[in-house]
Amino acid sequence: MTQSISLRVNGQKQTISADPEEPLLYILREEFAVNGAKYGCGLHQCGACMVLADSKAEATCLRPCVSFEDTEITTLEGLARNGRLHPVQEAFIETQAAQCGYCLNGMVISAVALLTANNNPSEIEIKEALNPVICRCGTHSRFIQAVKLASEKLNSTK
Amino acid sequence: MKEQHLTDTGRRSFLKTAGHLMIGFNLLPLAFCQTKGAQQESPRYPGIPVRPHIDNKLIDSWIRLDAEGYLTVLSGKQELGQGIKIALIQIAAEELDISPDRCRIINSDTGQTANEGFTAGSNSVEGSGKAIRNAAAEARLRLLKMAAERWGTEPNSLSVKDGIIRSPSGDEISYWKLLEGKIIEGAVTGEAIPKNFQNYQYVGQALKRDDIEKMAKGESHFIHDLRLPGMLHARVLHPPSYSARLDSLNSNQVESMPGIIKVIRNGSFLAVVAEREYQAVKAWEAMKSLATWKKSPIETLPGQLMDSMKNTSGTPEEVQMSEGIIEKIEKAPLKHQAEYFRPYHMHASMGPSCSVALWEENLLTVWTATQGVYPMRATLADLFSLDEDKIRCIGVPGSGCYGHNGADDVSGEAALIAKEFPGKPIRLQWMRESEHQWEPYGTAMAFQLSAGMDADGNLLAWETKIWSDSHSTRPNGRAGSFVSARHLEPPVEFRKGGFSGGSYRNGIPEYSIPAKQLLLYNYSGPLRTSSLRGLGAYGNTFAMESFLDELINKAEKDPVEFRLKNLEDPRAKTVVETLAEKSGWKTRQKSTSNGFGIAYSRYKNSTSYFAVLAEVEIDKGAKAYKLKKLTGVIDSGLVINPDGLKNQTEGGMIQSASWSMMEEVVYDQGGIVSKDWTSFPIIRMLDAPEVEVHLIDRPDTSPMGAGEAAMGPVAAAIANAIFDATGSRIRHLPLKAEKIDWDAIS
Repeated sequence: MTQSISLRVNGQKQTISADPEEPLLYILREEFAVNGAKYGCGLHQCGACMVLADSKAEATCLRPCVSFEDTEITTLEGLARNGRLHPVQEAFIETQAAQCGYCLNGMVISAVALLTANNNPSEIEIKEALNPVICRCGTHSRFIQAVKLASEKLNSTK
Repeated sequence: MKEQHLTDTGRRSFLKTAGHLMIGFNLLPLAFCQTKGAQQESPRYPGIPVRPHIDNKLIDSWIRLDAEGYLTVLSGKQELGQGIKIALIQIAAEELDISPDRCRIINSDTGQTANEGFTAGSNSVEGSGKAIRNAAAEARLRLLKMAAERWGTEPNSLSVKDGIIRSPSGDEISYWKLLEGKIIEGAVTGEAIPKNFQNYQYVGQALKRDDIEKMAKGESHFIHDLRLPGMLHARVLHPPSYSARLDSLNSNQVESMPGIIKVIRNGSFLAVVAEREYQAVKAWEAMKSLATWKKSPIETLPGQLMDSMKNTSGTPEEVQMSEGIIEKIEKAPLKHQAEYFRPYHMHASMGPSCSVALWEENLLTVWTATQGVYPMRATLADLFSLDEDKIRCIGVPGSGCYGHNGADDVSGEAALIAKEFPGKPIRLQWMRESEHQWEPYGTAMAFQLSAGMDADGNLLAWETKIWSDSHSTRPNGRAGSFVSARHLEPPVEFRKGGFSGGSYRNGIPEYSIPAKQLLLYNYSGPLRTSSLRGLGAYGNTFAMESFLDELINKAEKDPVEFRLKNLEDPRAKTVVETLAEKSGWKTRQKSTSNGFGIAYSRYKNSTSYFAVLAEVEIDKGAKAYKLKKLTGVIDSGLVINPDGLKNQTEGGMIQSASWSMMEEVVYDQGGIVSKDWTSFPIIRMLDAPEVEVHLIDRPDTSPMGAGEAAMGPVAAAIANAIFDATGSRIRHLPLKAEKIDWDAIS
């Protein structure tokens, strides 16, 4: 049942022995000890389990790990560069854009993916990008502020 | 770790009270001690020795200075995402004059913290905050006395800055040097007077929560992130409905799957334990398809609830009576009666319930996201017929719970499973459908309101009738409150207990009305219910403030003016006035495609004041409406952390908007149909309204709980705005667009 699978997570390549059908989420949490990506629904409905797969925000709770073999996977833990947090992480902290924080991973990952593709998004573009992620605490308005702030940060450092 | 020095008296009383409590307990949890400040620190926070809580009158039950250079605050209240940690740290830091950067907090652990019951009812700042404030003030006074004695001077001549005491003649010594590792002994006497608000430097500041930084970095924070050596993974297959009992299961087939260690079957309680998490998930799926159940249909279906409540509830509780009130209403020049309804609402936590349990020898340790570690311990003691001092419950944050969700049930189940694997930590996490289908919901409620006014629109008499199931079935020492205990063989009996005041919370109007009456009909409904944010206040306020809007329309008055005229409490008036001013009520641009609605309530009639304006936009062609904006004003007394208060209030407003516009638990004869985010949609980014919150700080008054204040008023404000926009009065939540009479709009 198990086979050898090579994954690149946060810049590090690791070969593991796993059931190829096992969704990436479980591999990330068990083999790579990742906390960022979380189980929320197991149905790709809530976004808690998102990672960046080649800079796109992707849910990982259903999609088999083997399908990520040729993908550069980045989790929340891998966003910092040279000891400095990603501007999106900084912006979420500065605006205190979280309550319980369970959705934070999906929101931050979605925001990074959005800003990578479009560094000056409109409010509606921000809402559309973050719409796949559920937040039960009602922190929505702060996420918009945080992404706007991150966009400013990214544009001012260019 | 630093050695802890206890005086002889301290040691004696410690041993006497603690007995063997801590002996043999696994102390791994220290690794999960919640710290403030994730940045590089020097020196690193060494932690404090784990010591059982002895007596909540003692200073060191709340405040510890035995980590060099740090203040450790202990609180029996749990962090639920409401930001309680930073607020309590600010309170302690303020009284002791220690920079909050040097403060750490340990929350809810029966091995260390005081028994503060449940983290519920928005009373953490009022309760825990007060105890911490008094203990910190007392600790400061003791320390000043020690220093004064050393220097031969008077305590009141000394000053403190960031934990360093200074005398006028230039002596200085830090708290920690003064204590030399000793704890501050003795009780809080009340001799120390807490600071006057005019001298506050940390309380009232928008200090940032360090846990948000941890979460943003992906550091370990949630109970889901606990990874203990040798830990095994479990899943529980819950029955397909409340009445279902297991008929058959070929467990051999499941046990032969890869990585499966055991299938646990006790009556209708079914669990699987595996080496890897995903193996447990696969086995859960297999069990689900293999198990057969015997069940009977649910009898009262959603459309029948209102009739069922009215027909089966018996004699009412006479909460407040007023003689001759029915006649007064009947004879009033203007009179009105209407019925309202709220459906079952779900907590619907985004993260599933999760717990880790470990049995060693005859000692049980449970890491739990419960709102009450001590009640949890008492309930586990009942479940296992074990002494409470053999059990330690350690609170770890879960996904936001908003009341009594599955966090308690999963902890009981993890302990049941772990009992079969001594020495092995068992991590149990619920599947999404278990979370949706098995949590105890906020109960459906019905309301009948009647009132009479004079010809000038002055309120003369008001009667409220409420039909409600229980708002509290929390585990509080009886194992039957764990849902899975009822599935064991023999089953543990569930006794629902008395109906609490939760049902009629905010049922009596605050408005000045000469005659008021409140009757409560206790109802036993088809679904499992317990505490959901606001309890009965959510539905009661929706009904009351909608009904008031109807009366205002009947009397042809202005909603702001009417409330101001009928409210007596000046703080209530200020909240409403501020809302009118901040939202531009008088200059609002009413058109044929929008509507504005106002609502106000003082939560529990005794805590935070909250008023809100909702603005909706309608699209007649599409027969749809959109909640454009919510503007809220809150007065919760002294504001400890303005950004935290704002964040929680914004959250309450958006969550209530989701409940009120979109949500109801759907079920049929076979069980709960709302089992995921497709069958139970909640508000998402594209539908979330703009929110604006204004705070009224009252530094000269006590802080009051705020987390639940917005829920009821928001529901009514949206309903009132829909009426303003369309002329349709929706009295049955949720406020779905299909309930609007679109043809009646000119």
